[in-house]
Parts: sequence; structure tokens; C-alpha cells
Amino acid sequence: MTIPEGFDPKQAHVVSQWPHDRPLNACRFDPAGRFAFCGSEDAIVERFNLTDGVRTLFNGGHSTWVRAIAYSKDGAQAISAGCDGKITWWESTAAEPKPIRSIDAHKGWIRTLDVSPDGTQLVSGGNDNVVRMWNIADGSLLKEFTGHARHVYNVAFHPNGQMLYSGDLMGTLKQWDVATGKETRSFDATPLHSYNGGQQVDFGGIRAIAVSPDGKWLVAGGLHKATNPLGAVHEPLVLLYDLQDQTEAGLKPVRQLIAEGITGGVVWRIKWLSDGSIMGLSGGSSGGFLLFWKPDAEKDYHRFALPNLARDMDLHPDGLQVATAHYDRHLRITRLAAKVT
Amino acid sequence: MKIGYACKSDEHRIARRQFLGSAAAATGGLIAGGMGLFAQPAIADQLRSDQKRIVVFNMHGGLSQLESWDPKPGTDTGGPFLAIPTSVPGVHISELLPMTAQQMHHMCLARGVNTSEDDHGKGAYMMLTGRRQTPAGNFPQLGAVAAKSLTPSDSSLPGHIVITPGGSGGRGNDSAWLGPKYASVALGNGNPPQNTIRPESIAETSDAARQDFRRKINERFLNRRRTAVTEAFAYSFEQAEQLMRQRDVFDVSKEPAADVERYGTHDFGRHCLLARRLLEQGITFVQLSHSNYDTHNENFNFHIEQMGEFDRSFSCFVADLAVRGMLDSTLIVVLSEFGRTPNINQYYGRDHWSRAWSVCLAGGRIPRGAVYGSTNDNGTEVKDGQVDHGQLFHTYLQAAGVDSTGFFNIDGRDMPIADPAVAAVSELLT
Repeated sequence: MTIPEGFDPKQAHVVSQWPHDRPLNACRFDPAGRFAFCGSEDAIVERFNLTDGVRTLFNGGHSTWVRAIAYSKDGAQAISAGCDGKITWWESTAAEPKPIRSIDAHKGWIRTLDVSPDGTQLVSGGNDNVVRMWNIADGSLLKEFTGHARHVYNVAFHPNGQMLYSGDLMGTLKQWDVATGKETRSFDATPLHSYNGGQQVDFGGIRAIAVSPDGKWLVAGGLHKATNPLGAVHEPLVLLYDLQDQTEAGLKPVRQLIAEGITGGVVWRIKWLSDGSIMGLSGGSSGGFLLFWKPDAEKDYHRFALPNLARDMDLHPDGLQVATAHYDRHLRITRLAAKVT
Repeated sequence: MKIGYACKSDEHRIARRQFLGSAAAATGGLIAGGMGLFAQPAIADQLRSDQKRIVVFNMHGGLSQLESWDPKPGTDTGGPFLAIPTSVPGVHISELLPMTAQQMHHMCLARGVNTSEDDHGKGAYMMLTGRRQTPAGNFPQLGAVAAKSLTPSDSSLPGHIVITPGGSGGRGNDSAWLGPKYASVALGNGNPPQNTIRPESIAETSDAARQDFRRKINERFLNRRRTAVTEAFAYSFEQAEQLMRQRDVFDVSKEPAADVERYGTHDFGRHCLLARRLLEQGITFVQLSHSNYDTHNENFNFHIEQMGEFDRSFSCFVADLAVRGMLDSTLIVVLSEFGRTPNINQYYGRDHWSRAWSVCLAGGRIPRGAVYGSTNDNGTEVKDGQVDHGQLFHTYLQAAGVDSTGFFNIDGRDMPIADPAVAAVSELLT
């Protein structure tokens, strides 16, 4: 991966912010880098044009909140999923968008989507504890991956397209063989889950999964130190796994990546950056932060405080722009480079 | 027991005297005895068709009305869940309660509750006593009032049972001026009252001899010093002995395995099944807790989990009481200390909200398949049919056949059963 000119996370700064009517839940750049699509606390998908911030509303695809966005490989189609259990396809550039197709994909919420590196397969994870793989071209079901005992929070393909990862509320992180649909490994991500006996709640879960572009490292993000789950007291945490270690020991994290001083935070998304470092979005009672870690160090080497609590994040294909979806009803674009004077 | 509330309030830290424990233990001591209050064989195991009972489901922490009884899908406050139709045409509840929705024809929703109190402890007190707390005195909780009003005088079983999640069990401090006789017996984690098994080291004959000796001494003592307090004291010893003899009443493992599976193998499922068993055995009042709904953070994730558990067990409970013909004689109340804010905070949470929330009722004189009251489009205010804790308290009692406008005579003084400043909600009574 080439490091883009001017790349410097320590110079991160917000360059744009565009409003919506409701708090935002999700955001993704399209593969061509022209738009950012968002999901929010309504049944609408929003498209923001990155050049001028013009907003276009995509109505009619969902009956309630949209939680996940993905794209066809060429970016011609945007795909949304949400708390109605539906996956809906859209023409990305449509001036007056209408759903291309909508399928009942899961019983209960869909929190996560990912597209295979070759662009032919779409995976979704649902509150029915199942991961499903779809033909991205026609929406037909290709495969089911069963074995999670609780809600599936996140899914992600390996860059080789042959393996798939999924994580759930209980900190169960599974590796699946895409061809056979069989579970091949189960990683220990239980530090991301806790049970609070006083409040009688399970809490945490694997909120984010990402594999390094070279396929050597796997990261899972979420929270730990949940001393008061119902009161939003918990700290962000990322677990780092060595995928080259095929022994039993490789199922345990080699490192826990922490962010000291953030007493109210959860990692909602992780992206690998061009310099090999890891960027995580933390949102919680301490506010919104972009956190930056080196894989060989436990503590973050830099953190950028966002203007408001954020719930999702994406990295632009240029490797410099970061989109964040905020509670204060704004999509913000942050640039990981020095300000242009 | 202590419930860990998100907002760190400590109102539920009820001091519980280990009353039964000490009473049972004292049966081997010198100060013991009674008046033979249960000289007749227990008859409570034969359910009387005319005996009225009450069961309360206390949704600890503050159940969200928007994720249960009064959904507002598609609004800015509605959250991500949809509303589903119920067995009553035109009545919709949250999609988190699909099984309960099929029992709605037995139930009645009061959707206009306004208690104007957003503090956990004060709200819980108001909902369970029908009054605001005052420095001047304490008021008995619904369970104590029901036990005094509805329990047959010859019942050998306690009339006031609280099934708590966790904790060791014991006696509650919830009967105020009605006295310890009507205080709750807590079944810690659904287990039988503590210390109700005769120690193996004491032979049955020895135990009987000791009890006889206790009674003789006690009767001699009471001949000269009889008061309500000494009678209550003696009663508790006799009741403890009866509990030891009827321990099976509290043993939920005696219920069919198929029912255990049907209700759910989690604690709440077991507690609901135990509640059914207790009511069938003639217990007057049973209160269950389900925790924890104080969801300032990630309200929707937590309500998925909690409501899923509640839905299955509660719907089985309602259906079973209906099938067994017990609904006419058993009032069911699902309450909290308050509801939750229509506003969704930045952590996907909802905070405390007492101005517009819901209580679910069923059985007794409560109309079936009905809704009383409503809130505005996004649930921030009561639109019509507003009721408060005091009115509901009267309503609960009248639905169970108690004249809530009457008085208890306590040491020669008339004490109103319920707040005389308010009255029952006539629309909630048939």
C-alpha cells in the first residue's frame, strides 16, 4: 500500500461537516470516492456528494433505522441494511433513487455488511445469530454460516477472499472457510465481553473487525472495563491477533491496544492505514476520537478529538479522508494531513 | 439484595431483617412458642375459587414504554423497533413482545401514566405504596395490604411473597404500620425460604417436644403480656414451622419439566413458574422482579435481551392463568418505578421519564383486551386518560376485590387503606 502524499495522522483536522435531520448511525465512502452514504435514526439512506455536500435522500428501502452500508465493487450500486432485517440495493448515482431490490435477509437487526474482495459476494450478520452470504448481483442466498449463540455484531472478509470473520456479543470471533461454509478457527475475544451480575446484563461484543491488507494481522474492537454498562462507563479496546501463527497460541490476542484516559468509549470501527498503523473510532461518554496505534505498541500514539460523539467511520480510497457519522446529526470529513494554507 | 443501578441510586437497598432465618433458628431456643394458630390442617393448598390474588411484575430500573406497551415507530423518538399487531384488533405493541401480543385479549394497557417523579427510589415507593414518601411516616406496600386484606385468616402460608433475583432471602421491611406479620417473605433467587429444613442432628420427636415446650412457655408469657407485637412474634414462629412442613409449596422443581422448558430455563422463567405455583397453592400476593431496565446506555441492545426473556415467560404465565380459570381471581400488574425518555441520548440510551409511560394490567375486574389513555405522537406527553400512582393503587386493590376506600384499624386508629385524596380509575374496572 502506498502512503499518500501528505499523510500525517497527527495533523488530522475536520475539513467538512454536513447536517442531516436525525442522528447518524453509519457511513461509508463509495469505492470511486465520490460520495459518502449514511444511515441514521430513520428509515432513510442519505448520500452526500463529497465535492459540495449536496444531500440526496434514498427513501422506500427500509421501514426503520439503517445500520450498515456497502457497495458493489465498481460502486455503481449501494447496498443498505438495517433494523428491519432487510438488505436493499440502490443505484449509487441516481438523481431520484428507488430501490433496485430489497430482500428479507435476517430475522431481526442487521448490524453489519461486507463485500468480498472480488466483489461477487455480500455477507451480512444478524440478530438471528446467523451470518449469510448473498450473490451481490441478484440478491440470492449463497450460504449460511451458523454457530454463533448470540447476536452477530460484525463481519469482515480476509483480503484473500477465501476466509471470513464474524464476531458476536459474547466475544466469540469465528473464522469461516468461504468455500465450504465451515468454521475453521475460533479466536478468543472474550476480553471484549463482560457480564455484570449487579445489573444482570451481558455487554460489549465485537463491534469491529479488520484484517491487515497483507493478511498477516487480524484486529477486533469493542470495549472493556465495563464497570457500569447501563451507565456508559467502559473503555475502548482493540485485540490484535497474529494470523501467521496457526498454533493454538494464535487464537489468543498477541496484544491489547488501549487508550488510557478514555473512560467512556467503545471502538465502533477499525481501518488499517497505509503506513501499517491502525485507526479506530471510539465513541462514548468521553466523546468521539480517532485513535491511532502501531501494531507493536499497546498505547495509542496519537488521538484526534472529534467535535462530537461518533458512531461509525470510514477511510476514503485516497487514504487521507475519514468520514465519521455523528450523534449531533452531522457527517464530518476529517483529513489525515496538514491543513492546506 | 443490592441492584446495581446505572445512575448509582441506592433506593433499592432495602434493609432486610433475616426474620425467618432467626425465627426458624430460634425454634431451638428458649423464647419460642405460639397460640396454636395453625391447629387446623393447612387448607391453603386447596385453592379457593373465591380467594383473590395479586401478582406484580416489577421491571426494575424503569422499563421503556416505547420498547414495550406504547411504541412510536417512525417518529424521532420511536427508536429502531417496529410495532406489531396483537390479538386485539387495532392494538399494537413493540415487536419485542411477539408472544405477549398473542395474549393481549386478556390484558389492559394504561398508557397515560404520569407520576412526575424521576428518582428510582421515590418512584418505586410511589408505585408500590400509592403514596409519596413523607418524613412523617411510612406506608405499607401493596403486598402487605393485599396480604392483610385478602389472605384467609386460617391460612398457614405467608400472604406476601417477593421473589428476588439473587440474594439470600429473608423478611422484607415493607409492611409499615401493618406490622411484621404482613411483611414479605423473600425467596432469594427463587429458592425456598432459608432455614426451612430441620437439621439432621435434631430428631423429629425431639423437635416436636421442643415445639410443645416453646408453646407452653409462650402461652404462659402471653397470658400476661398479650399485644399485637407479641402475637405477631408468636405468629412468625408458627408460620416458620408451617413453612418447614410445607416446603414443597416453594419447590419449583416439582413442576413438570415441559413447563420449565416452556417458561424458559433462565432465572426469570423459573421465577414465573414459581409464581404460578405459589398462586395455585393459595399464596395471596407474589411480586417478581426482572432486571435491569435502567438503560441510559444502549437502551435498544439491552431491551432486546431483557424483553426477549420477559416475553416468553410472561406470556406463558398469562396464558396458563387464563387456561386454569384463575384470571378472574388473580390481578396481574406489570409496573416500573417510571418509564424512559422518549429522547434517545447519544449513547443510544434512554433516561428516566415519569411524565408519560405505561402500566400493563390483567385479571380480576380489569377489562380484557383494552387500552386506556394515550400519549402524543412522539410519546412525550399524556394526551388523555392520565392516571397516577395513587389512582392505580386504588385500582389494583379494587380490581382484586378490596374496598380501597376503607380503613385498617391499627391499635384503635383508623388508617386509610389507600390515599383518600384520590380514587380508583373507574374506566379500568369492570
